[in-house]
Amino acid sequence: MRVSDTSSSAQEPVVTAHGLKKHYASHVAVDGVEFDIPRGQCFGFLGPNGAGKTTTLRMILGLTPSSGGSLSVFGLEIPKHAREVRARIGIVPQADNLDPDFSIEENLQIYASYFGIPARVADERIARLLEFASLTDRRGAKTETLSGGMKRRLTIGRALINDPELVVLDEPTTGLDPQARHVIWGRLNELRDKGVTLILTTHYMEEAERLCDQLVIMDQGRILDCGTPRELISKHVEPEVIEVRSEASQRLQAMGNEAGCRVETMGSSLYCYTRDPDPLLAKLKNEHGLTFMHRPAGLEDVFLKLTGRELRD
Amino acid sequence: MNIWRPPKIRRGALAVLRRNVLVWRKLIIPALLMNFGEPVLYLLGLGFGLGQFVGEMDGMPYLAFLASGIIASSAMTTATFEGMYSVFTRMVPQRTYEAILATPLEVDDVLAGEMMWCATKSTISGIAILTVATALGVVTSWQALWVIPAVFLIGMCFAGPAMIMASFASNYDFFNYYFVLVVTPMFIICGVFYPIDTLPEVVRNFVQILPLTHAVALARPLVTSTELTQPLIHVAVLAAYASISFYIAVVLVRKRLLI
Repeated sequence: MRVSDTSSSAQEPVVTAHGLKKHYASHVAVDGVEFDIPRGQCFGFLGPNGAGKTTTLRMILGLTPSSGGSLSVFGLEIPKHAREVRARIGIVPQADNLDPDFSIEENLQIYASYFGIPARVADERIARLLEFASLTDRRGAKTETLSGGMKRRLTIGRALINDPELVVLDEPTTGLDPQARHVIWGRLNELRDKGVTLILTTHYMEEAERLCDQLVIMDQGRILDCGTPRELISKHVEPEVIEVRSEASQRLQAMGNEAGCRVETMGSSLYCYTRDPDPLLAKLKNEHGLTFMHRPAGLEDVFLKLTGRELRD
Repeated sequence: MNIWRPPKIRRGALAVLRRNVLVWRKLIIPALLMNFGEPVLYLLGLGFGLGQFVGEMDGMPYLAFLASGIIASSAMTTATFEGMYSVFTRMVPQRTYEAILATPLEVDDVLAGEMMWCATKSTISGIAILTVATALGVVTSWQALWVIPAVFLIGMCFAGPAMIMASFASNYDFFNYYFVLVVTPMFIICGVFYPIDTLPEVVRNFVQILPLTHAVALARPLVTSTELTQPLIHVAVLAAYASISFYIAVVLVRKRLLI
């Protein structure tokens, strides 16, 4: 699929944060995070709601003043050089904020004018971006007539109007149907293959596993761990999981423990993490009326282990 | 990032102004209908109707007195509406500013652009009234064209306070307070319908601090070619309201959006 360029990782990181903090009167949103984002990669911030992902992104863009620590983007200090930095970044916000007073094409033209891009250069780019977003046929349509997926594609296209080196996406596929989500993933992969650095926040594990070269898992304003999806999985959880659905969970928990598994319960489901699934599988086959699923461990297992299973609001 | 830092005026403000002009152009027919229709009704209804009884006021036909006052008050209401309702719409429900702030533009540029746009709308309305007034025979000299830049300044002066209101409004209903407590009283006591000399002394002194008084005092002699007294004071008061309120609005919008 993709060839990772090892020489680029030797370059200076695109974003560097040291001890970055954001305190509000009532709570601490970001509590001293450290990270380096290498050029040309897709870097993910994974975390439950309220983990501090969006606040971290807003600080990178110079839109939220930090309460402490240091931050630089393209080697330029933030927020001092935020304007220069934003001229080189594309931003895809969490909620669509397309201009409802304009058509699709006009949205792109107006946005280009905010960057001071001359109309002739902009028109050439807009033709390309409409292709990229598969919206060429709809160019004259009002934004309110677009589906959620089309709006997202337009927002991503709009974020590319200044030919950015870095694109920051805050939950790019939240609320989209699976088809629309796959199209967006395809477009983001295309961008990364062209050498654009991507930063995204998500709480979709599948999205993080598919897109991110590296990611950090955040919770309550702190970074719990970082690495590639594979590294994180092998570091934190056993490679295989057997999920069992049953009312008689206590007996099964004992069975799982006996078979050498680490067992977690969630409602009427048991998650048995193990390196050697065979003993438990053999036992389960003798049980009647049980539903169970055997699968490789994924990022979701890491995520739940690190951030806990209780509900977040 | 110090939210109190002085605003910078940059070219980016023109991109924001241009955006609003382009939206306005799409709805130009109803917009112009409003701009011309309202003064026609006011001037015909009040000017001719009331003018029959009043005859002359302050040494000029009542129609001329009223037309020249309405130019100033209409600049106020136009800029106030735009600075409150439209700015709030773009700032909160429509999230247009959020999109703009993701580019190199800053709050300073956004509000400078909005303020110029409010003043531009005031100017359009002023030109409409001037046209109607000319058609009704009120205007006698080309000198009246000087009222156009004056109306732009008047628009700036009222746009700032309106944007301050928008910066901490939580919904549209909040703006009723400003209309009832600020805009309408000024409309009534600042010399639009009758000379302020007729007011009791306390009130007459009080209205001197209100911007609409100075707007009317500037616009009326320009439109009617009568003697302009203390023009620099009027211009200075309007400019001071414009610049101080712009600064406060920038600080408050920074506080609201850059959190």
